[in-house]
Amino acid sequence: MNQKRIWALIIFIIGMLYFFIPLLSVFEFSLRALKGIYSFEAYRVAFQDPRFYESFGYSFVWAILTILCSMLLIIPTAYWVHLKLRKIKPVIEFITLMPFVVPAVVLAFGLIRLYGKPPLVLTGSPALLIVGYITLSMPYMYRAVDTGLRAIDVKTLTEAAQSLGAGWGTILFKIIFPNLRVAILSGVFLTFAIVMGEFTFASLLVWPAFGPYMEEIGAMRAYTPQALSVVSFLLTWLSIGLIQRVARGAPGQGQVAGAR
Amino acid sequence: MSRTVTPVNRLSDGDAPKARPPFIKFDWAWLGVTPFLLYAIFFLFYPSASIFVRSFESPEGHFTFQNIINIFNRSDILNAYKTSISISLITSIGGALFGFLLAYAIVLGGLPASLRSFLLSFSGVASNFAGVPLAFAFIATIGNAGLLTRAIEAYLGIDIHAHGFSIYTIWGLSIVYMYFQFPLMVLIMAPALDGLRREWREACENLGGTYLQYWRYVALPILLPSLLGTTILLFGNAFGAYATAYAFSGSFINLVTILIGAVIQGDVLYDPGLGNALALGMILIMSLSMVGYAWTQRKAARWST
Repeated sequence: MNQKRIWALIIFIIGMLYFFIPLLSVFEFSLRALKGIYSFEAYRVAFQDPRFYESFGYSFVWAILTILCSMLLIIPTAYWVHLKLRKIKPVIEFITLMPFVVPAVVLAFGLIRLYGKPPLVLTGSPALLIVGYITLSMPYMYRAVDTGLRAIDVKTLTEAAQSLGAGWGTILFKIIFPNLRVAILSGVFLTFAIVMGEFTFASLLVWPAFGPYMEEIGAMRAYTPQALSVVSFLLTWLSIGLIQRVARGAPGQGQVAGAR
Repeated sequence: MSRTVTPVNRLSDGDAPKARPPFIKFDWAWLGVTPFLLYAIFFLFYPSASIFVRSFESPEGHFTFQNIINIFNRSDILNAYKTSISISLITSIGGALFGFLLAYAIVLGGLPASLRSFLLSFSGVASNFAGVPLAFAFIATIGNAGLLTRAIEAYLGIDIHAHGFSIYTIWGLSIVYMYFQFPLMVLIMAPALDGLRREWREACENLGGTYLQYWRYVALPILLPSLLGTTILLFGNAFGAYATAYAFSGSFINLVTILIGAVIQGDVLYDPGLGNALALGMILIMSLSMVGYAWTQRKAARWST
């Protein structure tokens, strides 16, 4: 039994090394902008660039728009399916998993081909970008909301509200949303983390965002990209940390993610 | 979605049927999911279907198999598929094995519970830490001036890059992909390992089975569907990845996703018909893996209560 524990520890340590060596390396690398000494010069350069704030701001706006649209699209649907249409739940689940079947590049390709020319031209507005992001975050948002719905008694809550004379808007916004607070928040933070660093859609649809900005800097400068990488990592860490913070005590509301 | 609306006016039915006619009432509840279904049709299914149709279309709009044939005639495209599939296989199998061992270590290895929750939190972050920043992190690790490269040279006296190692190869990119692959395995397998019931183990022991026999005949067959399923998921995860590879290697490594990106950005080497065919091949491979995944999920569901 003891031998097993030693092996477990060895594997755990290897895993930790795989996790931390790249993080340590990228941090160390970002400090080497000035020859011979460690300094935060790369960060100073990064934060001096007005385009840093600009692209970051754009990504932030995209993230907020995505979160709002995705909430409005997913939560009522998940709620309704839970309440009235349980038989089509597998269909909805299948649709939310579609982004795993159709990779971002392929979806971007299809969207541009389809909505880049009349009758419906959407490439001039950020609509396609938001659509791409909503689709990208759909599996996580839906899963989070679905887990939340399972934990509360949707039917009783709805009926109680109805018997007190509440309309659907009141039920949705004053009863269901607050009860799903934790689940929604974890979906929101995950979506935020995904959108803030997203590269594929923004780059292919040619919209300014933090992801393409980082890539561009990576082709231009030596140490600044690593500084940006650290910033981006901290952002991901913050988002996931917040999920775990709000999800504490709410069982089964963890998350899984995918590659971009 | 097919919303079946059968208007049946029972009052005007002349010859009254003995049993109720096959009468499907329009279910108003469908209205509640209409926005979502419309969204899915317009922004998911229609674009995907249009790729399917257009990959059989010549630039003039006629039906043709030429695009599909071109895939097999062009060595650069075939190589891209080969590279994409290799990397996906390497990182899905490698990620699955290591991720499983790691999940095993924290769930059944007798390690303190604090290590477990730490690893799970970290896996959540790492599986999300993909794309451009991840590429930069690995360039800073095993690139020419990377920390690990320098450390190996300083302490072991070996310059890995002088010995034919390059990060701009399938193996280099695989090392990068592994960073988000095995944490995903940990996140999915840890609950599955938790689901192994103590009674099964005890029953096996009571029948005189050894620990190895328990794993060979009881635990592994139970876990196999979720193991396989997650491996397939990892395969698809790697196969569809674009940002990481793009930022990491530029055009050093030609993946299918990188080629499609080139088509979108108007690279003259690839015409749209070929782009559609490229994307179609990708959707086909992804669909196959999703079917495989669904199959394993059904098998896995037998053991969960």
